[in-house]
Formats: sequence, C-alpha cells, structure tokens
Amino acid sequence: MSNVGIVLISHSPKVVEGIKDIIRQMVPDVPVELAGGTDDGSIGTNVEKIQNAIENAYNEKGVLLFFDLGSAMMNAELAVEMTDYEKVKVVKAPLLEGAYVAAVESGMGKTLEEVEKAARNVFDQT
Amino acid sequence: MELQIKQVISWMEKTNEKIQSNKEYLTSLDQAIGDGDHGLNMARGFQEVVNKLSSSNYTYVSDVLKDVSMTLLSKVGGASGPLYGTAFLKMSTALKGIETVDYPQFKKAVVEAVNGVKERGKANKGEKTMIDVWEPIVDFLQKQDNLEAKELESTAEKAMEATQDLKATKGRAAYLKERSIGHLDPGSVSSYYIFAALSEVLEEGA
Ligand SMILES: Nc1ncnc2c1ncn2[C@@H]1O[C@H](COP(=O)(O)OP(=O)(O)OP(=O)(O)O)[C@@H](O)[C@H]1O
Ligand SMILES: [Mg+2]
Repeated sequence: MSNVGIVLISHSPKVVEGIKDIIRQMVPDVPVELAGGTDDGSIGTNVEKIQNAIENAYNEKGVLLFFDLGSAMMNAELAVEMTDYEKVKVVKAPLLEGAYVAAVESGMGKTLEEVEKAARNVFDQT
Repeated sequence: MELQIKQVISWMEKTNEKIQSNKEYLTSLDQAIGDGDHGLNMARGFQEVVNKLSSSNYTYVSDVLKDVSMTLLSKVGGASGPLYGTAFLKMSTALKGIETVDYPQFKKAVVEAVNGVKERGKANKGEKTMIDVWEPIVDFLQKQDNLEAKELESTAEKAMEATQDLKATKGRAAYLKERSIGHLDPGSVSSYYIFAALSEVLEEGA
C-alpha cells in the first residue's frame, strides 16, 4: 500500500528541510520530497528541482505540490504541465500547515482528493 | 522585416550585453520594491543563454527560441525565469518549422508570448509587471503593416517608464501596495532591454 506523495517547494532550502523535520516527527511513511532554492542553492525556485521531486515522490496514489511565494507557484504549475503523470496537483494552502495536514492524511491511506481537501481546509478543522 | 537564425542569436547577444551592463541598475530597482535579485537573475540567465546558443547549431528559428526558453527556465531562480521562459517557448511553438520569419508570423508569435506570460503570472495589464511593456508592444505591432524598428524601441521605452506611476497588484511589489508607486517595475525595464535589442537587430538588417 502506497501513500500520496508530498512535494515541498520553497525559495529557501532551509524552509523545506525544517518542514520535513516537523512532518517526520509524526509521519514516517509518506514520501516527502524537497525542492528548495535555485539550482545553485541560493534563494529562489527551480522547475527542474520540482520535476525531480515529483519523480521521486510519485506512486499510483499521486503527488501533491505545496509552494510558498511568487515563482514557486509558477514553477510548480510548469512542472505539472511538463509531467506525463496524471495524478499530480498543485495545492493552494499554507505551505507548512497544508503540507503537514496532507502528510498526516496521506499516512492514513487517504486518496489524492481527500488529502488535498484536508490541506486546503487546514484552518477550518482545528 | 525578416528574422533568421543569425538575427535571433544576435538579438539574444544584444539583450545579454544590455543586461550585463545594467545588472546593478536592475538590482537597485528590485531592491526598491522587490527582493533585489532581478539583476542577478537576468544576468545569469542571459549569460547562460548566450553560452548555449554559441555552442549549438540550428536549422530553425524555433529551435533557437526553444533553447532560450529552456535555459531561462532552468537557470533563472525568480519569477522572471518561468515568465520569460514561457514567453520564448510560446514564440518557439508559434514559429515551428519556419526558416525565415516574416512580420505577420512574428506578430503572431509575440501575441502568443504575451498570452503565455499572462497565464503563467495570472496577471493583466496595469498590475505593474512586465506585461505592461509586452502588451503595449502587441498593440503597437497589431497597428503596423510594417515594422518600424525605431518606433518599436520608443514604444517599449514609454511603456516601461509608465510603470513608475502604477500600483503593483502582482509579484513581490504587490505586498508593498501604495508604497510601490513611484518606482519603475524591474521586469518592465528588462523587457525594455529585450525589445531595444530587437530594434537594433532589425535596424542593422534593414
Ligand atoms: N505574476 C506576475 N505576472 C507577470 N509578471 C510578474 C509577476 N510576478 C513578477 N513579475 C515580473 O517579474 C519581475 C521580477 O522578477 P524577479 O526575477 O526579480 O522575480 P522575483 O519576483 O524575485 O521572483 P520570486 O517570485 O521568486 O520572488 C517583476 O518586476 C515583474 O515584472
Ligand atoms: Mg526579484
């Protein structure tokens, strides 16, 4: 049984590393892949990093992409347009809280749609 | 007008020269209402573009533009990467299989490019982004039956200058709201360099 994969996209590599640490405390068995910073590791985003992260996180359940500012969303959408996989979606949710809730839901074996919905409504459920 | 591979490469080289010599200026514009990386982003991206083009052989204009696009997409870390990357990709697609690009074909390619940028950035004219240069260029091209290189340049320059009075509602500057008024939009200035370089190439070719 596989779980919906999560891709974290931020301008800063440290941000996505930190979020992954927070997720891993509670969710050990969900694919979480990082696309932080530019190709040379400085502040920014990079579509190839996102494509690689999708590749590594992908399974038949699909992958959800979480992003922070400006170009992070543009590059996330570009990566989705460029991939051959069908179940890859960009989620409009706060990066940290959204990805965290998504990871927890994914770990419970939920579908892509269920996980996405929970992430988008993250501030409603508490 | 006519655009062949040679001219398109020269267009990119001239763009790169302008960006390299105005790198600090672009950075200072982006420091005023953004995160201060536009000069660096553009200088790195277009240097890589020129390197790529000089080490490759091409049969079609569209192949050159495709390489421009892919290089900008992978080497520019800010919003201008996916935006300019999309613009050149749309031009490439519009000109597929053409060896010598004529004016109607070029017009169509620029229209496609602007539509691509608007979709990618979810932005429209008047939001203080590069679209405020690209869209007036489209309007200008639509009105001409023959391309006047000088006028192309002055249209881009006027459009670029007009971004000073706009309030940003897209991009980093949008977070500053009213505070963004009174500054030029960095991406509109780099877009001006792109069209100024094209104007020079066309004048040489004329
Ligand atoms: N949504 C958008 N639509 C169209 N153009 C945009 C948009 N956002 C930014 N731009 C253009 O991009 C320019 C900034 O480019 P730059 O390379 O500095 O990206 P950035 O804003 O730093 O990127 P990031 O989103 O990663 O912070 C702006 O001056 C503007 O012209
Ligand atoms: Mg910037």
